[in-house]
Amino acid sequence: MNARKHWFAIREDLSGQRSWLLGLCSFLLPLGIWSLVSYTPWIWHPMVHISDPGGVAYFQKDMLVEREIFNKENAFMREEGKSEARGKPANPIYLPAPHQVVQAFITAFQTAPIRRNDPWLHQSILHSITVIFYGFTLSAIFGVPLGIICGTFAFFTRIIEPFVDFIRYMPAPAFGALMVAFLGIADAPKVAIIFIGTFFQMVLVVSNTTRLLDKSLLEAAQTLGATSKKLIFHVIVPGILPNLYRDMRILLGWAWTYLIVAELIGASSGISWFINQQAKYRNYDNVFAAIVMIGIIGLTTDQILRFIGHYLFPWERRN
Amino acid sequence: MDNLNLPSYLEQEPDVKARFEKIRQRPVVLEVQHLGKIFPGADGDIVALHDILFNIHRREFICVIGASGCGKSTLIRILAGLDYPTSGQVLLDNQEVKGPSPDRGMVFQGYTLFPWLTIKKNIMFGLKMTNHGYNYAEEQALQWIDLVGLSNFANAYPHELSGGMKQRVAIARALANRPRILLMDEPFGALDAQTRSQMQAYLLQIWRNVNITILFITHDLDEAVYLADRIVVLGAHPGHIQEIIEVSVPRPRNPDQFLTPQFLATKKRLEELIHPPEKNRHEDLPMIRLTQLGDEVI
Repeated sequence: MNARKHWFAIREDLSGQRSWLLGLCSFLLPLGIWSLVSYTPWIWHPMVHISDPGGVAYFQKDMLVEREIFNKENAFMREEGKSEARGKPANPIYLPAPHQVVQAFITAFQTAPIRRNDPWLHQSILHSITVIFYGFTLSAIFGVPLGIICGTFAFFTRIIEPFVDFIRYMPAPAFGALMVAFLGIADAPKVAIIFIGTFFQMVLVVSNTTRLLDKSLLEAAQTLGATSKKLIFHVIVPGILPNLYRDMRILLGWAWTYLIVAELIGASSGISWFINQQAKYRNYDNVFAAIVMIGIIGLTTDQILRFIGHYLFPWERRN
Repeated sequence: MDNLNLPSYLEQEPDVKARFEKIRQRPVVLEVQHLGKIFPGADGDIVALHDILFNIHRREFICVIGASGCGKSTLIRILAGLDYPTSGQVLLDNQEVKGPSPDRGMVFQGYTLFPWLTIKKNIMFGLKMTNHGYNYAEEQALQWIDLVGLSNFANAYPHELSGGMKQRVAIARALANRPRILLMDEPFGALDAQTRSQMQAYLLQIWRNVNITILFITHDLDEAVYLADRIVVLGAHPGHIQEIIEVSVPRPRNPDQFLTPQFLATKKRLEELIHPPEKNRHEDLPMIRLTQLGDEVI
């Protein structure tokens, strides 16, 4: 390998070291910008965090005031000859600093819910994961075989895909009210929304993946004595498996998107309930912690799945 | 080649003549009877094959050669049962061919090994499809792997192999089913020149050691003369048989024969059939000079 190959070569792989470094940067850069905005007093900081209200009657210690009002009031105080208020530049409450989010991340798990019967954060998360699991598994159980059948037989492509395409364009959350009417307010309608959100996409994606399988492999198998049934189970299924696995990883990400809407349907629950609840109390650091939590769960699952895939499909390990 | 004083390609030495006599007496494995294929097209029908008629005897090595577009691939696909003729029929051991079957093994130019199976399992595939037990299939596969010289790669995946090795696996995979005839569609077309000549030698060796009849498609004249007993020369528009040539080069063949008079005579005849002089159209192309006057090469 040419060590002097530059960083922006078109469609060339980077060395392992560089790839790692860039992967790290993709997280460190946003974190750096966030820190910069949070910790540098002269960047943004449109608010003032009052440390001493001075003579301003309605100011209180620890209050957040817009800088304009703060300056106006202080100018007024100077004219009046009263003591000025003092405070430090601060960001609005909806942008907590990284360390606050990290703190919230830890305390959110340790803090008991405000009302006694409400779930803890980890219970909320577990609940969300359960809903995703059922919704996505159900959708895969029906979607994958149907997709493979559609991709294999033109007959089923023609008779199934147009209608699936039609439904695909209806946003899954639109079915929320209907699902509650059909399935009640517990978890069933939430699972249904995730099912609707992923199933129809899955049929089309899997069908397309199936069609992409090199037809000459099917022909070779036929000249080796494979009958139709054997073609499906010994050539098509193993042939598309690695791509199918990748499709599932992508679709699982979509499931999380639908989850947030699904959980607000009927009796709200899970991590979205937690987020909304915390937003009501203006605990935005907890809101960030929960959102980051979703990201971490998503990224971790995907990386685990990728790692498993590496072992499941050794023939895909090229280079 | 025109300056050489070559014998007629039809002249055969006595032992070559005796050899062809013997082949003709062997039973016919594959009969191609008045085969025709028409593809319906937007601007009228396209006749891909017209009245193709020839027989292949047991243990014979037949090459089909022709310029691109003469229907070579259509022909072999029909023989394999992957495509259907619009007229005529193909008989294998007097049975009409209807669809693909393991009694006609096929080797494709694109290797078509199953990437998710190891080399051993690729070779076992056909035996498993034809309902042989795992143990028998494995035992057979290992024998074939030995025969094509890939014992060290039994548990490797196809993507770890070079093109020539992949094609050897493909040959072993097709032969493991003990087909009546092996159909090969430009199998060495994607290989570099050196690997290709190695593979040709391999194939001749396998053919000698295994009880198999081969139909081999190529557009390489040397390859055809080197490998074949008889060469079926196809012409284009529509695809038809121009001539069936008995190759007068004696067996066993080796690369030294490429310059023998019989070899050159046969090759010259193929040249005449495939690239007739009056059809060298590229000479009619208008030439635009883009070089400096001083830089002329001729």
